[in-house]
Amino acid sequence: MIYEVSIDGKSYRLELNHAEDRWSCQLDGRPVEVDAVLARPDVLSLRIGNRAYEVKCERVGGDLHLWVGSVRYSVEVRDPRSLRSRSQAVDDHGPRKLTAPMPGKVVRVLVSEGVEVDVGAGVLVVEAMKMQNEIKSPKKGTIQKILVSEGAAVNSGDVLAIVE
Amino acid sequence: MFKKILIANRGEIAVRVIRACHEMGIAAVAVYSDVDRASLHVRKSDEAYPIGPPAANESYLNIQKILDVAMRSGADAIHPGYGFLSENAKFARACVEAGVKFIGPTAAAMEAMGSKTRARQAMERAGVPYVPGTSRGLESFEQAEQVAGRIGYPVMLKAAAGGGGKGMRLVHAPQDLKSALEAARSEAERSFGDSEVYVEKAIVNPRHIEMQVLADEQGNTVYLGERECSLQRRHQKVVEEAPSPIVDSNMRRQMGEVAVRVAQAAGYTNAGTVEFLVDQQKNFYFLEMNTRLQVEHPVTELVTGLDLVHLQIHIAAGERLPFAQQDVTIRGHAIECRIYAEDPDNNYFPSPGKITLLLAPSGPGIRRDSGMYEGWTVPMDYDPLLAKLIGYGTDREQAISRLTRALSEYFVGGIKTNISLFRRILRHSEFRAAKLDTSFLDRMLKQKDDAQTDPLTDAKGVEVAVIAAGMFAALGPAAAGVGERVLTGGAAGANSKGSSNWKSAAHRESIR
Repeated sequence: MIYEVSIDGKSYRLELNHAEDRWSCQLDGRPVEVDAVLARPDVLSLRIGNRAYEVKCERVGGDLHLWVGSVRYSVEVRDPRSLRSRSQAVDDHGPRKLTAPMPGKVVRVLVSEGVEVDVGAGVLVVEAMKMQNEIKSPKKGTIQKILVSEGAAVNSGDVLAIVE
Repeated sequence: MFKKILIANRGEIAVRVIRACHEMGIAAVAVYSDVDRASLHVRKSDEAYPIGPPAANESYLNIQKILDVAMRSGADAIHPGYGFLSENAKFARACVEAGVKFIGPTAAAMEAMGSKTRARQAMERAGVPYVPGTSRGLESFEQAEQVAGRIGYPVMLKAAAGGGGKGMRLVHAPQDLKSALEAARSEAERSFGDSEVYVEKAIVNPRHIEMQVLADEQGNTVYLGERECSLQRRHQKVVEEAPSPIVDSNMRRQMGEVAVRVAQAAGYTNAGTVEFLVDQQKNFYFLEMNTRLQVEHPVTELVTGLDLVHLQIHIAAGERLPFAQQDVTIRGHAIECRIYAEDPDNNYFPSPGKITLLLAPSGPGIRRDSGMYEGWTVPMDYDPLLAKLIGYGTDREQAISRLTRALSEYFVGGIKTNISLFRRILRHSEFRAAKLDTSFLDRMLKQKDDAQTDPLTDAKGVEVAVIAAGMFAALGPAAAGVGERVLTGGAAGANSKGSSNWKSAAHRESIR
């Protein structure tokens, strides 16, 4: 199997073959001696050469994070054969969604629909665990829609407003 | 001894008290709000009763509901934990009236320590050093001017009923006094319905050191040594240790004897904590008394070898303290980290959510008091304290190295935690040199994080992550835990976000 893995905007070509608990691996065309055991779901015990690593996998809201030691890597994995492209290019020209970064309650809506906002302007305030968190506009534009009202309970990832 | 104790709390402290009950052969009754049905304290209890909606006012702070459960369950005592009703004199009194023992001080002792000016007056009578200033509310601006001139600037104006930094003003120079006094008074009136404000000398970059006391109902009071709690953020403690690196046995005895006088002046019983501010010349001043078991009590337990919750229960049952002051010894060093569900990359905002992966540390010198488990969803309604990790060693250096090691083993996936903050604190040169004061953490957070000095930062980390990511994709859902499924390439069966857990379970079964 061939994967295209990107971390921090840098892309790596990874060729992996897996048979009977043995792996063969080529990273950007260079063979790497690896050995892996799935210790439990989301935890891999990895040997690269004789160096041992414990790698933890975190899957949250569509994001994939891998932890090596105490360092977290945000990872995107693509199979080039797959037709669907999953890169979500950040497009400053189209409408952008404001989503709840955590579950909580909308305590204040700071602007109304049709209002022009600057990048970084506060749009709503979401409260969780007695702390208030201002949700800011990711771009300069016009508030196209406010999808929640004050007092509404929201989940992580819920769309709160759209700015165009 | 009690047969059944109701724990009027939740989270790690409820679990802590339930464990003590079980160690003593006492049945433990839990209460829970609608969002806490799946919480760990319910799982660990012998009986559990719902007490209503998530809002604390309608559940954990509702005196009538708690007492109703006590009656229904036949509990003969209530342990309040910390927070919620633990320092509520009305609740302590209601327990007496309902004929159920409140495990803590009397309502009268709580009230004596509740108002800052009343506490200062009691300290004045008991001959206890408090921060220089007035022990009564200021009557006029002229009086404020005169007292401030006598004790010297900078001074602090504080609301008598205050807390959480409200009604507090730091004044650097005489010309600012008048407006600051007016502002403090109106803020105190707005926040507490009481405009009483007093003045005290502002202590610059103090240490915050507190003394644990324990008093039985026969009039015996002992002190169990101090805790250094100078590492704070937004007036919240973050790291605590015992003993304090600057307190020697002589200073410990002096502070301890003062703390015992404070407790006796208030007619105090059960476990309590006397907080002091310590200036750069090691002068210590009474700040306030906390009339409850503290979050950070485990560090005292580790260095004294005592179990404070067991002792609280014995004392409440009317037993005498089983030891005298001279039997208390301090051995080794303990440091506690408060693990919070908060996001270090987003100004430490709370980060509730589902815990998808939990790997817990163990090994020599490690104690973990936790209220979480893998698969549990941290509710957004309460304080985000998840667990406390405590390192213990022969000396401070060993305690730090064990705690550092344990933090590297600790992994909480799915939500953000402040574990990385502790790794940063513990390797900071000033922390290692024990140069601590209440502004340390704010100073450190303004510095650039030098992650390169973290020995766990591996140069080959990226390569390892790339290979592991491919392997997780190749292994498909069989390698995934309880988290949400994520798009990972076109590997056979890799399912997309939102597909049902039933389907992935079925898939797991088929490839087994």
